[in-house]
Amino acid sequence: MLINRKEVEQIAVLAKLAVSESEIEAVTHSLGSVVEMINHISEVNTDAIKPMANPMDVVQRLRADKVTETSNKPQLLAMAPNADEDYYLVPTVVE
Amino acid sequence: MKFTGIKQIAQALRSKVISVQELYDESVQRLNTYEELNCIINTTPELAAAQIKKAQTQIDTNQGSLLTGVPIVHKDLFCVKNTKTTCGSKILENFVAPYDATIVENLNGAGMVTIAKANMDEFAMGSSNENSFFGVVKNPWDLTRVPGGSSGGSAASVAAGISPIATGSDTGGSIRQPAALCGVTGIKPSYGRASRYGMVAFASSLDQAGVFARAAEDCAYVLSEMCGFDGRDSTSAHVAKEDFSQNLNKSIKGMKIGIIPEWMDSLDDKLKNQTITAINKLKDLGAQLIEIELPKAHLAVSAYYVLAPAECSSNLSRFDGVRYGYQCDNPKDLNDLYVRTRTEGFGEEVKRRIMIGTWALSAGFYDAYYRKAQKIRRLIADDFQSAFTQVDIIAAPVTPEAAFEFNAKKDPVSMYQEDIFTIPSSLAGLPCLSMPIGLVDNLPVGLQLIGNNLAESTILNAAHQYQQDTSFHKLVAEGYDE
Repeated sequence: MLINRKEVEQIAVLAKLAVSESEIEAVTHSLGSVVEMINHISEVNTDAIKPMANPMDVVQRLRADKVTETSNKPQLLAMAPNADEDYYLVPTVVE
Repeated sequence: MKFTGIKQIAQALRSKVISVQELYDESVQRLNTYEELNCIINTTPELAAAQIKKAQTQIDTNQGSLLTGVPIVHKDLFCVKNTKTTCGSKILENFVAPYDATIVENLNGAGMVTIAKANMDEFAMGSSNENSFFGVVKNPWDLTRVPGGSSGGSAASVAAGISPIATGSDTGGSIRQPAALCGVTGIKPSYGRASRYGMVAFASSLDQAGVFARAAEDCAYVLSEMCGFDGRDSTSAHVAKEDFSQNLNKSIKGMKIGIIPEWMDSLDDKLKNQTITAINKLKDLGAQLIEIELPKAHLAVSAYYVLAPAECSSNLSRFDGVRYGYQCDNPKDLNDLYVRTRTEGFGEEVKRRIMIGTWALSAGFYDAYYRKAQKIRRLIADDFQSAFTQVDIIAAPVTPEAAFEFNAKKDPVSMYQEDIFTIPSSLAGLPCLSMPIGLVDNLPVGLQLIGNNLAESTILNAAHQYQQDTSFHKLVAEGYDE
């Protein structure tokens, strides 16, 4: 396989996803088949080619450093699964 | 009015043959009648009520635009203020958008009436609409078959006459492929034409909003209102607003149309014959056919499945269960909150792409995969530019086959090959459309027209001329014509 079980476990850690024991073999297999397909890009020599990040291929436009939006904190905080008056709540990080 | 074009609808509204309310009611009635298609995730009755009232007032006082009062369905990845925007995902199941996407704002401004939010593959990742948390969408032409994806709900809504217009988004073929499989017309404009502000991000260097309608003419009217420079999208093209209907009635006599023999030869006989017949029709209308090559296009799917997942893994890192969306029960610590929220909230295909992208961007692989794929992307874009020195547009197949049955493609790689003809132009950021060219074994198939950058009006011109001389875009699946 082009990608092994240990690598899949490591990718899952980086991606903040869990792969259960019952799924790991199937996930390893499916990721391996995708990597096999992806590997075709190595068939072409691209040494002299400039990478293309975006089809518009222009320098990113910058906007003026000005405040353009008003604060809608109460509305946004109301969307959180868990929030206090002024903060998003998450499990304790520092005791 | 169910299969009527925009101009006829506008005329009926303005001559009081029908009211905005009656038009909307007809859509809602059809939506209920064809509920089994599952092409809608949520309806938007409160928003519609306000829009109907405003549109009718404008019509009664001879104001508004051609689109005023015309119903529309929005793919459920466009934020519509105060309505649920789920992106077909459990993680956004109860997310209520606090603002309108720019394209929604533009179409609201033109007076369109929002009926509902369309079902879709989760986060627009899929070619069959089998990846939605809200269930599969069925193809009106055959309920045992897929409508295509990821904008399957939008395409099916138009094909079933629920709405004359639907919005969609196209990253690697998500408008063109379902348009072909459902027998409607769908256009993806040039990258940067339509603002991405308020469109839930999948792969930011590829995502573009677009339109479904029965006819190319109607796509042109709606696309003209949708597009335009938007300072809130950092990759919005700084070009003047354009009326894409301006060239519709021009003759295509002398138009040079590129054909890719290698792509044609890869089709099965029936689809190939249908495609050749459609291309010959364009020739009969005066176009000149020229054989072209896209030598690196065969690497497009491979490059795309590095670039799109890489961008997806980065974009979808925002879904952490903290600020909005789904959150897992009783997290024991912060890492557990992140991991379980994402593992429970995302579906299988989304997780697969996040993992591929994470892998391609990880230390030691970046140059070999991500940078390499960006270089291949340039080679493909250069191939198109070289072709466009010889031709005005390119005519090509949309898909390798007509609509397939549910669960027909069990491994991801065979599903990814479904977009083999749509991904190259996506990587190059070019405008492209799919239009119906008839049936193969009683299932619709399409022809793809690809234009040079910002040449939307040229491909719409060719499609409209074809549709003036054919009636494939008027075909309706049995049982939906009442």
